[in-house]
Parts: sequence; structure tokens; C-alpha cells
Amino acid sequence: MIRFLLKGLLRDRSRSLLPFFTVVLGSALTVIGYSWINGAMSSMIESGARFSTGHVKVMSRAYAKEADQAPNDLALAGVGGLLDELARDHPRFDWVPRITFGGLIDIPDERGETRVQGPVAGLAIDLRNPASPERGLLNLDKAVVRGRLPEEPGEILLSDGFAARLGLDPGATATLISATMHGSLVVQNFVVAGTVRFGVAVMDRGAMIADIADIRGALDMDDSAGEILGFFRDSPYMRDEAGRAAAAFNLAHGGDGGAFAPLMVSLHEQSGLAQMLDWATQVYSLMLVCFILVMSIVLWNAGLMSSLRRYGEFGIRLALGEDHGRLYRSLIAEGVIVGFVGSVVGTALGLAVSYYLQYEGFNLGSMLKNASIIVTDVLRARVTPESYVIGFVPGLAATFLGKAVSGIGIYKRQTSRLAKEFEA
Amino acid sequence: MTPRVPRALLAMGVIGLALAVGAEAAQAPDGAAVLRRVDENMGADNKITTSEMIIRGRRGSRTVTSKSWIQGRDKSFTEYLDPPREKGTKMLKLEDQLWTYTPASDRTILIAGHMLRQSVMGSDLSYEDMMEDQRLVALYDAVIVGEERVGDRPSWVLALSSRGGDIAYFTRRIWVDKERYVVLREERFAKSGKLLKTTEVLDVQRMKERWVPTRVIFRDALKNGEGTEFLVKAMEFNAAIPDHLFTKASLR
Repeated sequence: MIRFLLKGLLRDRSRSLLPFFTVVLGSALTVIGYSWINGAMSSMIESGARFSTGHVKVMSRAYAKEADQAPNDLALAGVGGLLDELARDHPRFDWVPRITFGGLIDIPDERGETRVQGPVAGLAIDLRNPASPERGLLNLDKAVVRGRLPEEPGEILLSDGFAARLGLDPGATATLISATMHGSLVVQNFVVAGTVRFGVAVMDRGAMIADIADIRGALDMDDSAGEILGFFRDSPYMRDEAGRAAAAFNLAHGGDGGAFAPLMVSLHEQSGLAQMLDWATQVYSLMLVCFILVMSIVLWNAGLMSSLRRYGEFGIRLALGEDHGRLYRSLIAEGVIVGFVGSVVGTALGLAVSYYLQYEGFNLGSMLKNASIIVTDVLRARVTPESYVIGFVPGLAATFLGKAVSGIGIYKRQTSRLAKEFEA
Repeated sequence: MTPRVPRALLAMGVIGLALAVGAEAAQAPDGAAVLRRVDENMGADNKITTSEMIIRGRRGSRTVTSKSWIQGRDKSFTEYLDPPREKGTKMLKLEDQLWTYTPASDRTILIAGHMLRQSVMGSDLSYEDMMEDQRLVALYDAVIVGEERVGDRPSWVLALSSRGGDIAYFTRRIWVDKERYVVLREERFAKSGKLLKTTEVLDVQRMKERWVPTRVIFRDALKNGEGTEFLVKAMEFNAAIPDHLFTKASLR
């Protein structure tokens, strides 16, 4: 029977081709939509991860309790040894030490007196080390607005708006007023190598990026760092993997005790992010359900329409003595065949596009006025195992349902009235 | 018939009553008078002090040594001598302004605004605390609210409330040595009533005509640390201090 139906579908393209293409299109769009929303969610997580949370983060236990305040007096000590250990025991991650700090940027006049001041949020990263992934993580090469990236000791980047407000051009001297990890006042001169755009208003109002070696010297934090961030080397954030790595690290350091023992937390465990991410996941899931629902209605409607168009054919087949049930089952079998084949082709097509968007991305750089550190200008899809099956929901199930509902009409046809219908 | 009181007896009664009131007044002067004596004891001489701050943080303790030249209540010049990282840092206070100079940056910075609330060298003292130069009696209304012993010293407990204006601590409670007029213990509160700072004097020494607290524990109540111990290692009264020291040029 299946062979017979397949022959019918192939030979009578008017009854198979349009439904087939509709299913292909619907399934492909569902796969692309799903992967795209996944990518958007992933992109949101990755932006936050690159800038502040990492996929995992190592802090001292005391620091972790007050992490929102970035208390450098509670920073990790012996960071060099810890980085070696992390690279050895957790090779799936890239590890980068960072220091966040606050203070004032003070600009002197020609007599060395304060001309203008502004509060600054600072980030110290491994900026001048060519082996460090930090430049790529923070999109620094593209985010430079004026000047260049720091190349010499004592050079910093300022947010472009902040530099403009202070009347600074690349090459100018800026004095950082902050506190050492012991709480002493620090007054340290830096040279502004360039300005960058963060893409977030609060950072663009007053932020600086400096090399971690310079800030360690300024804040008396030799071989120390507030945080060590870990990023999956070859993949985006994976919640379970990150959780397992954190649990293994904490188990190994469980006996260290003390407030300054290192503690690893996954992205989800930081600053109530789990709640926020769960909420975002729910919103995205709702959007996805709505999208699949719409696609299902479209495909269901297509199945419905194709069945109604064959009203005459069913009448003739009934008149020729074909059983109602057999006719109904053959209609559903046709729907399943078209739905399955269409879903397979549509999913393959959708996956091809999704994989392209995952690896190449959709570059908004030409549409966006400026690149920035936090807001990415390349939007990417993300293919997950679910991407391989999600297209079958509207493609197969909706087509099946459409045929099943529309086919009920077959049972309402009375053989005794068929001749009258044909006369009409 | 009303009995007549002899005039002499009446006069003795009046004198006795007056003496009793006088004696009572001598035992418990009003708060303002006590505060005035405290201000007088703290003095406004020219003096040169060498002091140590033992700062006990969450990671251990550090000792910072400094030398200060003080002229009256309005002018002071401090140079940090140790540890090496702080050596050469200088601070100049002229009335209500405070500048700091760091040799590493060769910059003189005016400490103003919220920076005044920052800790000095990581201690439990803020720049605002260092800036306090007015007499307490000019800033606060004082009421004696009790008597207690602080260690072995009988003391008055005074509740101070701000007379208004921009002031770091809206209310204070101080324990004043009844004999020496030295503040032996102090609690400083915000307007909300939250305890911000405490001080505890562990040692008082007689220097010239004054009683000087030489070992004081400052605690920032908003921190979890063990406080900062302030030790006066040497103090020279009525010292000759050249005027040029109290200029910004002397910072460099």
C-alpha cells in the first residue's frame, strides 16, 4: 500500500508537491527559528560571561560572599600557582586572571593640579600578553574608537564617552586614584593609549581597562587577582559541564578551609544569575512554543486544504466501492509520508542554514554604527540535539493532524448521495 | 502665735542651702562645661608627634609610621615614614581642605567629596576623621546622661547631639574621665542612629600640663576587622614649626 501511495504521490504532483514544499519550508523555518533563538540566548549568556562571569569563576571564599562589591582585600593570592593547577586539571577551559576595581580618574592641569575628575570602574586583564585570549574575549580590537590598544607598561584604555567628557585624547596622562588591597590610597599615573566603546551606558560613562601587571603594581596585589575566569575552549557555555568542573575543583580544595581558600562557581551560581537565566529560558521557550504553534497551524491548514481539494476524488473512490476506513487510512498514510519526507528534507535544510549561522554568524557590523566590547555585532544560531527533531513537530505531527481532521469528512459522505453530487 | 525663727538661724540655713547646691554643681557640671574642659585638654598647641598605626585587616596586620607637625586646630602636615611603599606620602590639612602627595605619581591631590569617607592607609580612620578640627563644644550640644567607670577611672557619660550643619557623626556618646577630662571611650553614630565608629583609650600619659591618650583602638563598626591601634610614640609640645611647612609647596 505504501508503494502504491508513493507512486501516487510521485506521479500526481499536484497532490504531493505543494504539501511537500509547505512541510519542507515549515520544518526548515522551525529548525532555523529554534536554533536562532537558542543562539540569541547563548549570545546573551556569552556576552555576560566574557565580560564578568566567565563560564566558571574562581574566587576566594570570602571574596565570593561579597563578589558584587569586588573586595580586593579578599582577593586570591598565589595566582600563578593556581593558574598552573587549573590549566593542568581543567584543560577544557581557557583561564584568565582579572581584577575589578573602582576609583577616580584625575586629570592634571599644567601645574599638576586637578583640572577635572570622574568616577571610574576599572577592569584589569592580561592585555599585553599575546598568548592571552582576553583581546578576543572582549572584542577589543574592534571596540577601539580612537588610538590603539596598550602596548607599553602604564598604558590604559578609557571608555570613549568618558575620555571625551574629560577632554582626553590618546597620549594624554590620566591619574588613577584608588585603594590598594590593603586599603591605602593609590595615586598612579597612566597614559591613555586609546578609547573603546563598551556598548553599555553605565560603562561608557566611566570605565577603564588596564593590563593586570600594571594594576597589580598599583594596587599592591603582587601575584594576586580578584577572580580567575574560565571559558570553555571549544564551545559555548554548558551548564552541566561547568557545574561538574566546579564541583570537582571544590572537592579537591575542600580541605583548604579558611576564608581565602579558592572556590569555583559556575556561571549559573553567580549573583542570582540562575534565576535570571531560568526566567530568560522560560521567555524564550514561550516564544519558541508560539513559533512552533504558528507553524503547526500553517501546516495543519495546508493538510486540511489539500484534503478538501480532493473532495471529488474521494467521492469517486467511494462510488467505486472503496471502503471509508481504507480511504481515511490511505489519506493519513499519505500525510505521514509527505510529512516525514518533508520534515527530513526541511530539517536537513534548516540544519544546514543553522550551522552556517552558527559558524559564520550574521554580521550586523555594517548595520550597527559602532562595535563594542559587551554587545556583540555578530549574531549566531546555536544547533543543539533538539534542533534535529524540533522540525518534526510541525512537519509530521501537524500534517498528520491536518489530514486526520479533514479526513473525518470522508465518513460523512453517503454513497447513496454520491450520484446526485456528481450530477450537480 | 507663730513661732519666730531667729535671724541668725535663717541666715545659716540660706548659706547651708547655697553651699549644698554649689557642692552638687561641682560634682555634676553641665555637659557643655565638661565638653569645654575636654576641648581644652586636647589643646591647640604647636606639636610634633610621631605615631604608629597598627592596622589589623582581614589578611593580617600592617604597621604604618608617620610624623605630624600640628599648628593649632587648623593646620597639620603629616609625612609617612614606613612601610617603604608608603614612605614619602605626605598629607597637608589647611582648615577644611586636605591634600595628599604621593612621590610615585608626583601628584598633589585634593581629598574631597566622598573620598573624605575613605579609609586612611586602610585603617579604621577616615580622612573625615582626620579633618575634624573644630572644638566639640562648637559642634555638639552635650548632656550628661550618667556616670560609669571605664577601667579604674570614674567617668561621666555624655550624649552629644549635632547643632546642625554638615557633620560626619550626627550623635556621639563619650565617656569622659572625671579628673583628667580625657575621652576614654566613644561611640559615633549616623543620623539614622546606626553605630559607625568606636574608640577605646587603653593608655593615657601625662605630658607637660596635659593628659594625652597614647594608645587608642579605633574600630569602624561597618567593618569586621579587629580595629586600628593608634600609638603615640613621641610628642613634642610648643615646638617651633616653620610656617612654610603648611603650604602645598612643601608636599613635593
